[in-house]
Amino acid sequence: MTLSLLAAEGSGAGNTLGPFWLCVALPLVGFVINGLLALYRPQAKALVSIVGPGAVLAAFAVAVSAFLRLQAPGAPHQGDVTLWHWLLAGDLHLDMALRLDRLSSVLLLVVTGVGGLIHLFSVGYMKEDAGYARYFAYLNLFVAFMLVLILGASMPVLFIGWEGVGLCSYLLIGFWFDVEANANAGKKAFLMNRIGDFGFLVAMFLAWQVFGTLDFAAIAEQAPQRLPMGDPRVVAITLFMFLGCIGKSAQIPLYTWLPDAMAGPTPVSALIHAATMVTAGVYLVARSNVLFTLAPATSTVVAGIGALTALFAATIGLRQNDIKKVLAYSTVSQLGYMFLAVGSGAFVAGVFHLVTHAFFKAVLFLGSGSVIHAMHHAYHATHRHEDAQDMRNMGGLRRWMPWTWALMWIATLAIAGIPFFAGFFSKDEILAAAFARGSDARIYFVFYGFAAAAALITAIYMARLMAMTFHGTNRTGEAEQAHLHEAPWIMTGPLAVLGVLSAVGGAINLPAFLGQHGWLEGWLDPVLEASHAIERHAMPHGSTEWMLVGFAVAIGVVGLVLGFRRTLGGAIVPARDAAASTGVARLLEQRYFVDEIYDAVIVRPIQWFSRVVLWKVVDQALVDGLAVRGSARLLEGFGWLGSRLQTGQVGLYLLLFVAGAVWVLGFMLGV
Amino acid sequence: METPALLGPSLALSGILFSIGVLGVLLRRNAIILFMCIELMLNAVNLAFIAFARLHGSSGHVIVFFVMTVAAAEAAVGLAIMLALFRHNQSLDLQDINLLHG
Repeated sequence: MTLSLLAAEGSGAGNTLGPFWLCVALPLVGFVINGLLALYRPQAKALVSIVGPGAVLAAFAVAVSAFLRLQAPGAPHQGDVTLWHWLLAGDLHLDMALRLDRLSSVLLLVVTGVGGLIHLFSVGYMKEDAGYARYFAYLNLFVAFMLVLILGASMPVLFIGWEGVGLCSYLLIGFWFDVEANANAGKKAFLMNRIGDFGFLVAMFLAWQVFGTLDFAAIAEQAPQRLPMGDPRVVAITLFMFLGCIGKSAQIPLYTWLPDAMAGPTPVSALIHAATMVTAGVYLVARSNVLFTLAPATSTVVAGIGALTALFAATIGLRQNDIKKVLAYSTVSQLGYMFLAVGSGAFVAGVFHLVTHAFFKAVLFLGSGSVIHAMHHAYHATHRHEDAQDMRNMGGLRRWMPWTWALMWIATLAIAGIPFFAGFFSKDEILAAAFARGSDARIYFVFYGFAAAAALITAIYMARLMAMTFHGTNRTGEAEQAHLHEAPWIMTGPLAVLGVLSAVGGAINLPAFLGQHGWLEGWLDPVLEASHAIERHAMPHGSTEWMLVGFAVAIGVVGLVLGFRRTLGGAIVPARDAAASTGVARLLEQRYFVDEIYDAVIVRPIQWFSRVVLWKVVDQALVDGLAVRGSARLLEGFGWLGSRLQTGQVGLYLLLFVAGAVWVLGFMLGV
Repeated sequence: METPALLGPSLALSGILFSIGVLGVLLRRNAIILFMCIELMLNAVNLAFIAFARLHGSSGHVIVFFVMTVAAAEAAVGLAIMLALFRHNQSLDLQDINLLHG
């Protein structure tokens, strides 16, 4: 086996696209340096501040150059780089191969670009943390794994990244592991993802059995010829694959880990649990678009789960008081939109929303990070132990944090789908796609209804978040107000860049009604060619389209106004003095008691089964008792029997000896 | 080949002596007597070897010398053990020698 890490050995196409494998290598080097610093020189924060963001920004530069080469006229649609041969066993020939194509180039830019900005933000946010170097080591490692996930040319290589980002997610959720709740949140995320990973593994085995290869391009090429539309095998593969996506992208029923993941530092929530890792499921579906197109049953399941999650999570977001929890449920809800898109066959819309969501959700999370930063400092300065994340303790922060306020409003308008902000175009496309599918499968009209209702609720809870945080009267406290301040430029700078992207990001795929041909649509065409050859769903146009757009905009505006006025209409009581809510409000505040239900239905029975059956019966009684101690007892018994012969009487020994000799003699003489 | 004279009676004597030795070992309880019975068995075997040597050549004689050597060594070690046992127990009755029981 050759173990040559030489890009020069890659295929010709890979060379013309430049050394894009550096995108993976640079953050990995950053991880090694920061990791060593964390172990041996944790106080060298200046060096960490250069290496950590530097590695990712350098990767961004490489990504931009690779992207420019890819979009140059006459450039190939994809390029492979084989780093080394990984597995050679019988028919299985697996290379550690990275592939840059048009789809992965989009994700590459988002992950390195948004990731780089979030790294910069972290320099300010984590400045005073003792685990500064460790934090950047994990963050760099995460980016490296995320890029392996994006660039992996085959399912197993993608799976390395898939598991790697899961590991980094675990490490960063439990970053402040000295608080038990944080460590538990990390474990919860890790364990729930295992369920999904099981599905992905099964999908891989099935795909190997059917196709004899795990390379994405080879599968996309063979699938339409080998499998008829709706073949049970392709349905099975895609369903198991989608189970993996449900875990990773926090969809019903495996979404509960994502809100808990907010236990990690806020920039981590922005990078991993909003912009990049959790969208890996959407990416995987888009990457395997041919298989999902061949399996309409699975697509309906995908769209259904997506629509249901979008609505369900949005309603929970209505009554959360922790600013990050609102955003967490909002993320779950928006991921539901993306799955609704890819489930409706609108893969471009899904990827488009993935990109715009990365922009505006990063702004919202980083903005909330700035707010929490300021709140935390204020309470720290006055030595009061209040919840710095509870919106009931905020209010009127616009006075002290005008930049954060303005940028978060941009993102809020974007997520609510107000025209010409980024989210307007992408969300609109998803709603249109779902509506269009309704003409050949009625159930999609229901999904459209769910998504439209979720859009209304999204606007309401975002307006509520903004109103409770930035508007009205301040509830932080008289003494604390003196300590509230805008975040330093290293935090507001990246926020501003992302704010601009949230405002204009929709430009990458302008819809036809603006007289444009969407750039992303054309860009991703080669990736989706095989799917389009099988089936191409027409998007609504003309009056239907105008109606849909108008309805979506009306929903957004009504939601924002409603949410804003309702929130500021009544007095908000600070968290300390607030009475427990009742009725539906309590149901929503307690997240429909889903965690409690899971606890009662799954966790406790498993614990009971483990304790009573597995521990007491299987381990203690069967393994320890019967197998280990039992076999010892048995041999002890034999030994006791043998020891009865050891009388110490030489006479008896001699008698036995002679008897034995006579017996042997008789045996030899053949008697 | 002609059977040498006295082969049959020699082997019969050897068998009788050996049997006496075995019975002595089994039935007597005095360690010295036991010891002498073992010697008797060895010598019975020697007699058989000598008798067969007439038939098969001189290798039987050679083995007899080995047996005698071993018997001498055994006597030396065995008698020393007897002495030690007697000093310890004031008896050579086998029934008193039962320290090593399970």
